Amino acid sequence: MGVPVTGHRSLVTVFDMSRIASTFEALKKQGRKALIPFITAGDPAPEFTISLMHALVDGGADVIELGVPFSDPMADGPVIQRSSERALKHGVSLKGVIELVRKFRAANASTPVVLMGYANPIEAMGLERFAEAAKAAGVDGVLVVDYPPAEAEKMVGLLDARGIDTIFLLSPTTTNARLEEVTRLGRGYLYYVSLRGVTGASHINLADVAAGVGRVQRSSRLPVGVGFGIRDAATAQAVAAFADAVVVGSRLVQEVENAGPDELVERIKTVLSDIRRAMDQPREKTPA
Amino acid sequence: MQMYDLPDRGGHFGNYGGVFVAETLIEALDQLKAAYARYQKDPQFLDEFAYELKHYVGRPSPVYHARRWSGHFGGAQVYLKREDLNHTGAHKINNVIGQALLARRMGKQRVIAETGAGMHGVAAATIAARYGLECVVYMGVEDVKRQVQNVYRMKLLGASVVPVESGSKTLKDALNEAMRDWVTNVENTFYIIGTVAGPHPYPMMVRDFQSVIGREAREQMQEMTGRQPDAVVACVGGGSNAMGIFYPYISDEKVRLIGVEAAGRGLESGKHAATLCTGKPGVLHGNRTYLLQDDNGQIIETHSVSAGLDYPGVGPEHAWLKDSGRAEYVAVTDEDALQAFHDLCRLEGIIPALESAHALAYAAKMAPRMKQDQMLLINLSGRGDKDMQTVAELAGIKI
Repeated sequence: MGVPVTGHRSLVTVFDMSRIASTFEALKKQGRKALIPFITAGDPAPEFTISLMHALVDGGADVIELGVPFSDPMADGPVIQRSSERALKHGVSLKGVIELVRKFRAANASTPVVLMGYANPIEAMGLERFAEAAKAAGVDGVLVVDYPPAEAEKMVGLLDARGIDTIFLLSPTTTNARLEEVTRLGRGYLYYVSLRGVTGASHINLADVAAGVGRVQRSSRLPVGVGFGIRDAATAQAVAAFADAVVVGSRLVQEVENAGPDELVERIKTVLSDIRRAMDQPREKTPA
Repeated sequence: MQMYDLPDRGGHFGNYGGVFVAETLIEALDQLKAAYARYQKDPQFLDEFAYELKHYVGRPSPVYHARRWSGHFGGAQVYLKREDLNHTGAHKINNVIGQALLARRMGKQRVIAETGAGMHGVAAATIAARYGLECVVYMGVEDVKRQVQNVYRMKLLGASVVPVESGSKTLKDALNEAMRDWVTNVENTFYIIGTVAGPHPYPMMVRDFQSVIGREAREQMQEMTGRQPDAVVACVGGGSNAMGIFYPYISDEKVRLIGVEAAGRGLESGKHAATLCTGKPGVLHGNRTYLLQDDNGQIIETHSVSAGLDYPGVGPEHAWLKDSGRAEYVAVTDEDALQAFHDLCRLEGIIPALESAHALAYAAKMAPRMKQDQMLLINLSGRGDKDMQTVAELAGIKI
């Protein structure tokens, strides 16, 4: 697995690397930061998802986080809640989401896809069956919002065995003791939640986030992405100055909600391109 | 059975329970765990809790021998644990006082709660008024419409009621929304969960606060009859009144423990809330437990004539008691519960909550088949004043 990367590493190492790791490796060499957009699979309807994923890649996505809709998204704000409800109206299931990834993967062999969702649909499918199906479809990472490390060991083992990365959340309230536990089990990248709240909350304090990300970076070799509350190109640019990746979710999902079916795909590409351009521009000064 | 000491340190009851929440809530739960571990053994805390239960709630609630109703069956003698006589009209207040005392000690000035029928919301609003705390209650839009009087009661008591528009717009969604509030305002806010569900330490803590019901009942049964009942029967929605009366009986294996769920319009109709009888294990609201869910793991909507049983999950300790065989779980239809509701009104002059009427209805099935020297203890978890509208409407009467 993995895109061939030229450089000093041996081919064996390159092909042992996960698609996520090699993506971050390549970006690092280019001195760029990863842009990780999130959309909910099946929103506004399943037939849009694959086109939207390709539009995200065209707009500059390095990794795609694909939300698996759930009836009770406890950690999400109203925007992503509504997107889940739209997808569920179309009967989108975890099995259906994995099938969408398989179809996307048939046309795109390089962009890593991370499934992000809640534990129950995975447990209903069965952890092992899920790991197997995800592997077969070309899923690269899994982030289960309500599986903190203490409850996730079994899944991490099953995913590790198949070369799929388990992504964990970290937050401003994560103690150093638990940071150690998360970095022990975390694979691919760490997802730093920028604020106390749910997805799509209004604003973040850049200096606080920079300090928090610094704390994580000092204790782990994994790249650190920042998400929750990054709504515009300027914030993305500011966060990219210190974080390894920027996750943009609710903003895009809001665009999906507001755009008409004809303009939807183009709209998403444009919004993401603006963010990408800002992130790639060198910034004069960094906060804090 | 050996000493019963569940949950384990991680909040597990066998495979059930645990802490299934986003990282953003873990620290808040750890703080709560630490505070509870400290105060549950603190004599001053326990004294204050006992004082409030006695002087504010009116405990101990009596055990009442329902002689006429028992005579009607011609079998087992039926005893009622009268939680309906508590201040605010149900067992909910016991737990709310415990958590509010903890909130004060943790320096939290704001409390939030979820509510379905409104009884837990009313209890939370009551205690917030009593202690001068800000109180916000989340309630599904559907429930706000169905429980107009309780919404007004909460407002009278000074709480704000936030209607929840998401999902099925009922209790489970109110719980989601309360969790979202908590994660956002965790610095100054204490989340008072109303049942033995949610992430650890809630199932354990709520059970402990409610177990005053079972401890009193054991003493009272001993005093009144010289022994313990053959079976203890309680209704189960989330399961806090049942856990409260079961817990002190778990190690006493001679006593059968029977939890009664809402079969709604019948288990085969699909319109019910019988989670333990028909559900499958899964993860919701921070714990692993039995859930009503579809094949894809989406939570499905429930139905019961009693809003308080209308919940697609159940406390994880009940899930464990079911699997271990220590407790039995059955379900009773809306129709049977209503019959028991009317019988208790007419034969004993007690108007039960529709939730509690489910336990009564199952006891009514058991009692005639039992001997006259056998005894059933039923947790009469609440009074039916709140249900006047529902019962009248079902009878085609407009009030």
